[in-house]
Amino acid sequence: MSDFTRPAGLALAHFWVAFGAFLVAVLLGLYQVLERAELIPVWAEGYYIAVTAHGMIMAYVLTTFFITGFGYYTAASSLRRSVWNVPLAWAGFATMLAGVVLVVVPVLAAEATVLYTFYAPLTAHWTFYAGTLLLLFGSLGWVVNMIVMTVQWQRTNPGEPFPLPMFATTANAILWSWTLVGVGCSVAFMLLPLSLGWVDSIDVGLSRTLFAWTLHPLTCFWLIPAYIAMYTIVPRVAGGRLYSDKMARIAFILLLVFAPPIGMHHLYADPFQTAGWKLLAAFGTFMVAVPTLLTGFAVIASLEIAGRLRGGGGMFGWITALPWKEPVVLAQILALLLLTLGGFGGMVNASYGMNSMVHNTMWVPAHFHLIFAGTVITMYFAIAYHLWPKMTGNGLYSAGLARLQLWLWFIGIAMLTLPWHYLGLLWMPRRTANLPYAPEFVRQWQPWMDLMAVAGVILVISALLFVWNLLQTHSSRQPASERELEFAEPLHPVFRLPKPLNGFTLWNAILLVYMVMGFGYPLLQFFLIEPHNALAWGW
Amino acid sequence: MQDAPLEKRWTVIIGSMLAVMLGSILYTAFAYHAYPPGTTVETVDSTRLHLTEEFREDNLGVTTRPDGSVLVTMVAHRYGFTPKHMEIPAGKPLTLRVATPDVLHGLHIPGTNINTMVVPGYISVVNAVIDYDEIVKHGELDDDGSVMVPVFCNEFCGLNHHFMWGEVLILPES
Repeated sequence: MSDFTRPAGLALAHFWVAFGAFLVAVLLGLYQVLERAELIPVWAEGYYIAVTAHGMIMAYVLTTFFITGFGYYTAASSLRRSVWNVPLAWAGFATMLAGVVLVVVPVLAAEATVLYTFYAPLTAHWTFYAGTLLLLFGSLGWVVNMIVMTVQWQRTNPGEPFPLPMFATTANAILWSWTLVGVGCSVAFMLLPLSLGWVDSIDVGLSRTLFAWTLHPLTCFWLIPAYIAMYTIVPRVAGGRLYSDKMARIAFILLLVFAPPIGMHHLYADPFQTAGWKLLAAFGTFMVAVPTLLTGFAVIASLEIAGRLRGGGGMFGWITALPWKEPVVLAQILALLLLTLGGFGGMVNASYGMNSMVHNTMWVPAHFHLIFAGTVITMYFAIAYHLWPKMTGNGLYSAGLARLQLWLWFIGIAMLTLPWHYLGLLWMPRRTANLPYAPEFVRQWQPWMDLMAVAGVILVISALLFVWNLLQTHSSRQPASERELEFAEPLHPVFRLPKPLNGFTLWNAILLVYMVMGFGYPLLQFFLIEPHNALAWGW
Repeated sequence: MQDAPLEKRWTVIIGSMLAVMLGSILYTAFAYHAYPPGTTVETVDSTRLHLTEEFREDNLGVTTRPDGSVLVTMVAHRYGFTPKHMEIPAGKPLTLRVATPDVLHGLHIPGTNINTMVVPGYISVVNAVIDYDEIVKHGELDDDGSVMVPVFCNEFCGLNHHFMWGEVLILPES
């Protein structure tokens, strides 16, 4: 028996904002591929507005709302205690929602066509920046809740290992706090004042460096919930155990420590940082592959345990013995396949010199769509399919539809991104409304453009099926088979952990040193070289 | 732990993978000078770019320096590159210097490693050698062996960003 309240309403509110926005963004994605392939009339302004809205919604709205909602539910379920401060959680939610409205309205009104990476000195309507700040500020309600719940649990259970799902969630809340600093400073002290006319110019180099601070840890903030599901939810559904609890903790700690200092790799092609700092960032970037390689090993080993417990024998027999019919298990297998491909592309981008070949070509969106849409979003689907029955008390409307949806998404993402990699190697620039370039170049691109449009249609069908399935679950008549969110047991239960693996103080200190090393001088230089500022521009 | 040897083996595999990749980066950086743009940070006043000595319109273009290396000075602006037409010899050490009077741009010459951001307030410097054998596979070949290739702006710079491209004629190695 448990005496805690499951924050189902809170989590559902967050999830529905996330997935409602997601559906809009997927439709915008379809518009972009159709427009770009010139299958519908070319309207450049519409295209760039769509890119801005698609990016803002996917990168900031879907993720932040999903992760905070999942965080509340995971925290309460794994610690078996109610959310510390529910009014604060709702206040955070309302603030974030107000932020979203302030961001979306100017974007749709063509007052903020600056793309989701803010491209200063392009200057949007001030509400766009104010909305971004509100979105970030509101998420702090979640961060505070997670940290207080962690500390309270520690006080009542001194010396005991944190439940792994909460350990990872807190790692993500801390990571998010570090992440916010860069973009927060850039928006609050540079872009917002510029848009309001309080200053008439800004240093674009400083603004871009601050933005780069955020850009890598941001992706790990998105990825951690996917890894939480892979480590703690999927092994149990598959009928197995978590291969190694310690390995999981090490992976989450490494993500926290290695992710923030390496955003500089987004500036490889920028003139205001020198080669040495870029080389340092390249090394750090390869280090962040370590937690993902550990995760790949541990979660596949966990699946193998499940497959063998289900009677699968031989070298590969365990794979066919896995419960492929479970949407959560299927999702993880498909997500890992796309993660492998995306990881490969990422290594190319990360490679300092080799990046020159693919920088700002279609290779780049190919890479991040594989990781974001292919891996992260596929696991968000899995989490939703797993949690919806628990939150609503109703069984999932249709597991068959869920499997179809996951396969369609997998096929759609593969069809979208594999041609994009190839187009990148044929130097197609990313983010152009259409392609009025030399005909001999455009001709070699064309067949792949049509394929990408087909992929867009498949992805929209998949997204519609997903949302439809969740909606129908709310009114489904059959009761959920299991209300409690239970997590996978490790193969070897942990009773005692070395202190560094059971807390974050040491890792925050190391991260601080690493951040000062990685970003100290690259930021300080702007105050030493007296750069020339840029004026505000429209688009 | 029971499976420690397996974990150790995987750790060794991870370590070796990273060593090979980082080793390749260091090797190509130092042996082939495969650097990203920006060995030093140079600033410029973008609001007065046309008044500076270096980026005045009649000082832009291609010059051959006494040591045989080539200097290319360009301006990237909404929505084009100046000079509009350039002839650049292949096979020679080349330094490209480019700046912008307005917003962010990109500059990418397909088939080469010349791919840089152009940022208001800063001068982008790229060092490269154009490989004729590579470029001839992709561009439009003329009778005299010269190859026309596009120059793309590959960073969003405004609503007509996709119209921002130019062409350079790559001359064969003499």
